[in-house]
Amino acid sequence: MAGIDYSQLIPNNVDLSSDRRLQRALEKWQPAYLDWWKDMGPEGWQAKDVYLRTAVSTEPGGWAMFDMVRMPDYRWGIFLADKVEDRKIGFGDHMGEPVWQTIPGEYRNILSRIIVTQADTEPASVEQQRYLGATAPSLYDMRNLFQVNVEEGRHLWAMVYLLHGYFGRDGREEAEELLARRSGDEDKPRILDAFNQLCPDWLTFFCFTTFTDRDGKYQLAALAESGFDPLSRTCRFMLTEEAHHLFVGQMGVERVLRRTIELMKQDPNEDVTNLGGIPFDIIQKYVNYWFSYSIDLFGSEVSSNAADFFAAGIKGRYREDKYEEHTALGQIKQVTKLVDDRLTVEEIPLRNAMNEVLRDDYVADCVKVVEKWNRALSKLDTDLRIKLPSNRFHRRQGIYATHSYDIDGNPISAEAFEAHRDEWLPTAADREYVASLMKPVYEPGKMANWIAAPKKGINGQETQFEYVRV
Amino acid sequence: MGKHEKFQPIPSFETNPAQYRHWSLAFDGAVATLTLGIDENNGMRSDYLLKLNSYDVGVDIELRDAIERLRFEHPEVRTVVITSDIPRVFCAGANIRMLASSTHAFKVNFCKYTNETRVGIEQASAESGVTFIAACNGTASGGGYELAEACNEIYLIDDGSSAVSLPEVPLLGVLPGTGGLTRLVDKRKVRRDIADVFCTKAEGFRARDAVKYRIVDGSFPRSKWDAGIAAKASEASARHATRSETGVTLTPFKVDVTETSRHYTTVDLDLDLKARLATITVKAPTEAAPADAAALRAEGAETWSFRVWRELHDALQHLRFNHPTLGLILFKTTGDASAVLAHDATLYAAKGDWFADEVLWYQARTLRAVDNTSRSMFALIDEGSCFVGSLFEIPLACDRSYMLEDEDGAVTVQVTEASGGAYPMATNMTRLQCRFAGEPEKVNEALEAGSTIDGPDAYDMGLVTMAPDDIDWEDEIRIAIEERASLSPDALTGMEQNLRFVGAETPECKIYGRLSAWQNWIFQRPNATGDDGALTLFGQPERPTFDWRRT
Repeated sequence: MAGIDYSQLIPNNVDLSSDRRLQRALEKWQPAYLDWWKDMGPEGWQAKDVYLRTAVSTEPGGWAMFDMVRMPDYRWGIFLADKVEDRKIGFGDHMGEPVWQTIPGEYRNILSRIIVTQADTEPASVEQQRYLGATAPSLYDMRNLFQVNVEEGRHLWAMVYLLHGYFGRDGREEAEELLARRSGDEDKPRILDAFNQLCPDWLTFFCFTTFTDRDGKYQLAALAESGFDPLSRTCRFMLTEEAHHLFVGQMGVERVLRRTIELMKQDPNEDVTNLGGIPFDIIQKYVNYWFSYSIDLFGSEVSSNAADFFAAGIKGRYREDKYEEHTALGQIKQVTKLVDDRLTVEEIPLRNAMNEVLRDDYVADCVKVVEKWNRALSKLDTDLRIKLPSNRFHRRQGIYATHSYDIDGNPISAEAFEAHRDEWLPTAADREYVASLMKPVYEPGKMANWIAAPKKGINGQETQFEYVRV
Repeated sequence: MGKHEKFQPIPSFETNPAQYRHWSLAFDGAVATLTLGIDENNGMRSDYLLKLNSYDVGVDIELRDAIERLRFEHPEVRTVVITSDIPRVFCAGANIRMLASSTHAFKVNFCKYTNETRVGIEQASAESGVTFIAACNGTASGGGYELAEACNEIYLIDDGSSAVSLPEVPLLGVLPGTGGLTRLVDKRKVRRDIADVFCTKAEGFRARDAVKYRIVDGSFPRSKWDAGIAAKASEASARHATRSETGVTLTPFKVDVTETSRHYTTVDLDLDLKARLATITVKAPTEAAPADAAALRAEGAETWSFRVWRELHDALQHLRFNHPTLGLILFKTTGDASAVLAHDATLYAAKGDWFADEVLWYQARTLRAVDNTSRSMFALIDEGSCFVGSLFEIPLACDRSYMLEDEDGAVTVQVTEASGGAYPMATNMTRLQCRFAGEPEKVNEALEAGSTIDGPDAYDMGLVTMAPDDIDWEDEIRIAIEERASLSPDALTGMEQNLRFVGAETPECKIYGRLSAWQNWIFQRPNATGDDGALTLFGQPERPTFDWRRT
């Protein structure tokens, strides 16, 4: 089962050829997907050879092979993590019952909503990043971008397989809609607002892959706990691929920081703009922006949907098995709320606070990422450090969206926020400046001036390797 | 009251656009735009937030006010566009936390109020010729879609995610409570099996399917939305001629309030809390009737024919919401009967004038609100009363009427053209037709009687329930009141509603009599509001448990 059958039109490890109906449905969707990819995938690079990894197995270790391929020839397919025999639902009201191999009718609606919402983010990020190839700071980075892109495309396949395989006519229509919506399109926007803005520069790309893709990791991890077994298996394998995307983001930001410190030392006034670098405070502002934007994606701190999803056994907690108790009934979570202009701790039924529980795990992970950046900074003989803003800062969703908070989470007036906005968030001038640095570097091994070289290449290759044949 | 239930009286049903917190009203020639932007922190109670344009009665009080003001203050308006200024949401319907924490009586009154507002939209359309366009620029779910259904035309933005839905059955274990089911099949004539699919699919239909199955009338992509709606609004405006360029201002009520009374200028509401009895006394005009339509318009909202019914309507709302234990309403009148007839005469002679017509329709709405009031109602016709013309519709609306047979025949009633079709019931019948369903000849007998009718004659003609003489009167009335007050309030509500509406159903009376009655039953059932019921547990950490036995 773990081996992937590449002899089929659609590579898969789900024995697709034994299900003629599903195979036909997916083979009909495939050309529409390819049309979408050619239309909305990386602009201008479709005919070039790129050094990409492709899944060949779902076994941990050695699951991928690397080769030069043109992106439209990438073998997008359907790969599920191996089935766990006798798996039982691990939380919620159905705890201890055998997992479902088909969707229970009573949960069709919420399962479909969760899958469609998750699926919609996959093609959306490809669309958001489609022009970045034209300003890649190196072939190494360009290859990483394309790797992320083709795998987001594959994640779409993974979700579309679930929609086609388990949701009947509704599922097929939702799969069509996934190709019809377009990031930022006035008429057919993507479902979540964060996925409707263009990714205009590489600092944004690195922040997006650090923070927003990390939201994806935690959503997938929570769904990997699902009582709907095909969803669980799908998400478990997607998590394997997602790790690389987070690496691209985290190392990207770190390399920008490293270069900025180097350039600061070269300028008598430590002004890196004289030398074509990105000032440290702009990087901090980008972090502030993307962290606050990404924690919005977890949804409201107090949520009846979150309670429903948990009760139904459809979306669990991050690593549910590390908890001792799995019904989450009769328990509370403390949530800080603003009551009469004072921050007050309130007790929320734990199930209703599941978004916040997942967000806590995510934030703890982000703290570790920032610690790693700061460790790298400390080795560069500088006192500068990146700081993660408060959860309450700059929110558009949830209980903190209706009031203004400063970077440390203290409630402040809307006027006070506006007075500090330019210190905390990227200004138009900041964005313009960053955009002005975005000049492509297509010579193997060379880097744009605003970013340091990576310490090593991909798959044991040199950094000088020609990762994309321009 | 259950442990979670909150009762809070509603201090006022009056508002005006300058005070609106949730709606805004803008005018552009013949097109008015009513925009819903609910302030989530400004609900009537503080135990819920009005998220995603979800409403409570405070939101609907503003909507009703807006509809009335459009009819009276803005006769130049031919088209009303109802839309939202909250991104991707049109309206999410009634706030579920508000419903879950309200008393049963409040829920029922809330639904009745919102139903009267939505029926009011349809009446404004049918009577005043105003076209209502629901411009659903985001998802319209539950009561949000029902609000759209009350409009003449529904358009849904085609953005790949916005939908219309009635998720009450699958998500809450209750029914769409403001006519959603009835309007789907009776008004929009959606095929019943499609309606079945629609009403059980929590996420509803997006534009393509919604258009295909006539759940909505059309759709536009976002880029063509504003222009598309504007074109529909201007087409609609062209269908009807302008009624008038100048309107009549709805003035604030003048009312003296005590713990046990609300005294308006022409209506007194007096409460006897111990006897669980309310008395509503309607007073005849003391001023001369306006000479003609122009004079009537000049008097505007202050003219007796309008003021008395506005005040009665307001008194009824206070009774319904704030005094749930007062089970019996006694209707009395006092004053000069000829003055009532004179004011009636001006109004009927002015028919065809836009303002006179609006006043007549307003009177009819208030009478239908009387029909729909779930209290026992007795009319007491005794010395000094003036149940004539338009005011004779009140005893016809009551469950019983008692008329004093006095020696000199001074206590009389008079049936005029007012009872001949000016004030149709929700069934579209007149109250006389409804009363004499088994003896239709008596309708004309009453209408043709011409002059005043005394107690014995009124009794013989079937116009009153009893006509005791002055020896029996006091005991007869006292016993009837005390007896009535002792009966089960639930059984009485059910009995009265079944007896009041004779004849064929219309969509309107189906909404009140069938949909609402079922809803009121479902609201009381453990599957909805028991400790493990779907409505109780919505938004709570636990999931509902149903008793699977069908009843």
